[in-house]
Amino acid sequence: MTSISTLVLFGLSAPFFHKHEKFIVSVFFPIFAAASLVSFAAGFLAVSGGITEKMILQAGLPGLPFHLRLDPISGFFITVISLLSFCVSVYSVGYVKSFIGRESVANMAVFYPLFIAGMLLTLLADDAFIFLVGWEVMAMSSYFLVIFENKIGANRRAALLYVVMAHAGALAILMSFGVLAGFAGGFETFGGYTFDAMRSATIPPFWAGVAFLLAFLGFGAKAGIVPLHVWLPEAHPAAPSNVSALMSGAMLKTAIYGILRVSFDILHVSQLWWGELVLIAGLVSALLGVLYAIMENDLKRLLAYSSVENIGVILIGVGLSMIFFTFQKPLMSALAITAALYHVMNHAMFKGLLFMGAGSVLHSTHERNMENMGGLIHKMKWTAPLFLVGCLSISALPPFNGFVSEWLTFQAFLMSPALTSQGLNLLIPLGAALLALTAVLSASSFVKAFGISFLGKPRSENCATAEESPWSMLIGMSILAMTCLLLGVFPTAVIGWMSNVSTALAGETIAKSAGGMGWLWLTPVAAERASYSAPMLFLGIISVVVIVFLTLHARKNTIHRVKPWDCGYGGLTSKMQYSSYSFSMPSRVIFGFFFRMRERVKIDLARTRAPEFPAQIKYSLRIRDRLWGWLYKPVIDGVFKLGRHTARLQHGRIHVYLAYSFITVIFLLLFAL
Amino acid sequence: MTELGPIFSEFVQIALTVLVAPLFVGWIRMLKCWAQGRKAPGVLQPYLNLMKLFSKDILLAENASWVFRVTPYVVFGSILMAGSIIPIVSTDIPLSASADIIALVALFGIARFFLALAGMDVGTSFGGMGSSREMMIASLAEPAILMTSFTVSLFSRSTSISETVRFVEGMDFFLSPSMAFVFFAFVLIMLAETGRVPVDNPTTHLELTMIHEGMILEYSGRHLALIEWAGMMKLFVFSSLGIALFAPWGIASNASGIPLALALAAVKLALIGVGIVLAETGLAKMRIFRVPEFLGTAFILATLGMLSHFMLE
Repeated sequence: MTSISTLVLFGLSAPFFHKHEKFIVSVFFPIFAAASLVSFAAGFLAVSGGITEKMILQAGLPGLPFHLRLDPISGFFITVISLLSFCVSVYSVGYVKSFIGRESVANMAVFYPLFIAGMLLTLLADDAFIFLVGWEVMAMSSYFLVIFENKIGANRRAALLYVVMAHAGALAILMSFGVLAGFAGGFETFGGYTFDAMRSATIPPFWAGVAFLLAFLGFGAKAGIVPLHVWLPEAHPAAPSNVSALMSGAMLKTAIYGILRVSFDILHVSQLWWGELVLIAGLVSALLGVLYAIMENDLKRLLAYSSVENIGVILIGVGLSMIFFTFQKPLMSALAITAALYHVMNHAMFKGLLFMGAGSVLHSTHERNMENMGGLIHKMKWTAPLFLVGCLSISALPPFNGFVSEWLTFQAFLMSPALTSQGLNLLIPLGAALLALTAVLSASSFVKAFGISFLGKPRSENCATAEESPWSMLIGMSILAMTCLLLGVFPTAVIGWMSNVSTALAGETIAKSAGGMGWLWLTPVAAERASYSAPMLFLGIISVVVIVFLTLHARKNTIHRVKPWDCGYGGLTSKMQYSSYSFSMPSRVIFGFFFRMRERVKIDLARTRAPEFPAQIKYSLRIRDRLWGWLYKPVIDGVFKLGRHTARLQHGRIHVYLAYSFITVIFLLLFAL
Repeated sequence: MTELGPIFSEFVQIALTVLVAPLFVGWIRMLKCWAQGRKAPGVLQPYLNLMKLFSKDILLAENASWVFRVTPYVVFGSILMAGSIIPIVSTDIPLSASADIIALVALFGIARFFLALAGMDVGTSFGGMGSSREMMIASLAEPAILMTSFTVSLFSRSTSISETVRFVEGMDFFLSPSMAFVFFAFVLIMLAETGRVPVDNPTTHLELTMIHEGMILEYSGRHLALIEWAGMMKLFVFSSLGIALFAPWGIASNASGIPLALALAAVKLALIGVGIVLAETGLAKMRIFRVPEFLGTAFILATLGMLSHFMLE
């Protein structure tokens, strides 16, 4: 609580200092960081101690007090989000300085803490009312952060799309809570608005299904589940990078929290199709998200699409857990939910790290398009390895953290022969196959992201003169990079810490069996079943590397720096490198049918002697989301059409307007009678 | 002796992976020469090549960063780690608990990730081309190998390779539709993953057809030696994985059975060598965009294998 009030207080006081922008940046952001640290401690203790604390605030509407509650589930998400916001706040000290003089930094200092406070409030809420208040604070403050750089038209459009999607989602959530509250306290009174009342209510299966579906749609729009993902690749790149790190790493997680809270805690996962729906949505999001990411040339859009993929992976775990839950297999359900929660944490860490890395690149090169980058590893000596850690983690390579959650999800898939259902027997192997495909495609897209932007030769003047970022940005990123490694190397400890969360959700925990062989080995169910020891692998590889290195360096072979092989023609330029387009060309050929692509090659034959040697070749490629054309465009066109038709009502003649009011009054009177 | 048994087995395995892998490659090259009516250089030639490379100086491209220089060591380390996990001669090895089949695939993934980055580091088009193609092949081959190993592990109800081997060894010869599917899938993937014809040609240096060779074009001296050696180890490890999953009979369960296991492993590897040579001599290298079809087939076969396990068994 303290941290929320600190954030709100300082956030609101920021405008008074708008004359002293430097002061704001160097004082306020460290305070935000400290506040995050406080809530981190609270969340951490709530999870490890399994504490549930309730609080009733006599605020809000008369007779409807706010209920707050800190339990292991919300504690877990608070821990993740506060850790990330701590690192991001440290990072922001350096990052936001670059906006001084260009944009109003005071705006940032108001909405940034409000955004974090809104997320924390959402997580702490124990009734529908305060939940939606927190949800809206989060949505609106992030809207203002997205249009922070509002001189760019594309940013304004992105923010509009974002706010429309956010409100459509909020509406669905509101209706879902409406259904739940109605059955909890009767439709005539307001008594059912607390989560406690909803938990104990008996809801008929049909209406429980409706409430779940609405909540899933609403939270899905926030989480960016395909096909509700369209706002993500627009809004995340438009926002300043510290905000995109928070949006992608933290805000999407509140949507996952909402799904878990409603389906597990309030509705107790009563029907099988819920789990199947979540699993399918997760699989589709994961696969399409990563395919979009591979095609992307804009570094931040690539990261945004990859968030869609990771949300998909999380939902795969959630869906599996729900399926196991309905089949009354608590241990397996606990395994799957642990995998999902682990991935929630991992994604917050590495995606935060990657967005901050992209921010550093943007900060020093002013480039977002990878086609103009290259060779940054020589200029940004510290950012490059940090970004590489993020890439390794997100590509699910041991010993980093992404691998642990991916591995646990696979283990959950392999548990499924215990189920007896024909449909699931078809779905689950396909699911495992798709997840495997997703994992490798994601590695491929991050080879591209790192390889094109950091390796090779600079493709533009801006990149050739890039400079390393200030130390506060590096510190923020280093903490996250260390966390990625620690979460990857000591999974047993982390799962032990999380055991209260999975007990609260699935009624069982895998912590006992996970550490069954000691802290060194992670054995989710039993040692014979599967085991993984990240410390051993890590040490093994490191020691082989060191031994080989020392052995080889015992004899002194010299290293000569030479020009790379140019086939004997000479004159290699940076334009001859493989570009981002060309790197993803094989994937375009294989998976192209998912996209609407238009490829054009224009050969300029004027002023050329022979057609074999044209003076100029122009290549253009446009990749569009098919879903946009199928789902969104008809709706948008429809709204505009409707708008044009209703516009006919308005001619500006006063007597016609008077006639309108008259007709309305008559109609109302008739209705009242 | 009982205490030291597993550690001794582990030591034998690591030594085998490091030292016998070049011999295995030498054997394949010799057979290939014979099959194509050429005169063979001898089984020990790969060792001589490695020694030559180790004693040479390094020519490093101007633009190469630390990623380029670290990669050979990481690749060597992760593939050696993979070799120490798979039961080649004994299932009772201490390191086998540290990674299961998913982690094993991820170990190959590390090696590939770094190689692909190194290919892009220098900033020539050959490197980028190799990396891009390698990642394409991986993106289809890796899921297929995961599906293959999942199907096998569904029989033994464990993803630990040692457990799987113990289980399959305990059964009589068995044939089930799902095993047949995934066996074919595994053969296809093995050719692709280890860079053999018809997917890649390990002996090519024609720029436009290179995949693996394209990525490592700029390497020289001890860096190149390490990468070549790791490549040989990868072929050896993959063959051993095939043996472990599909024909594990004879792999010892404790240290005393190692001599017999060694002999059997030698025979099986020799036979696999013959198989590879027959495939390489009989087939022509595919056009690069035929490879997705080839690997797609492997992926679908493996998925069918898992499906049929769920539906039929």
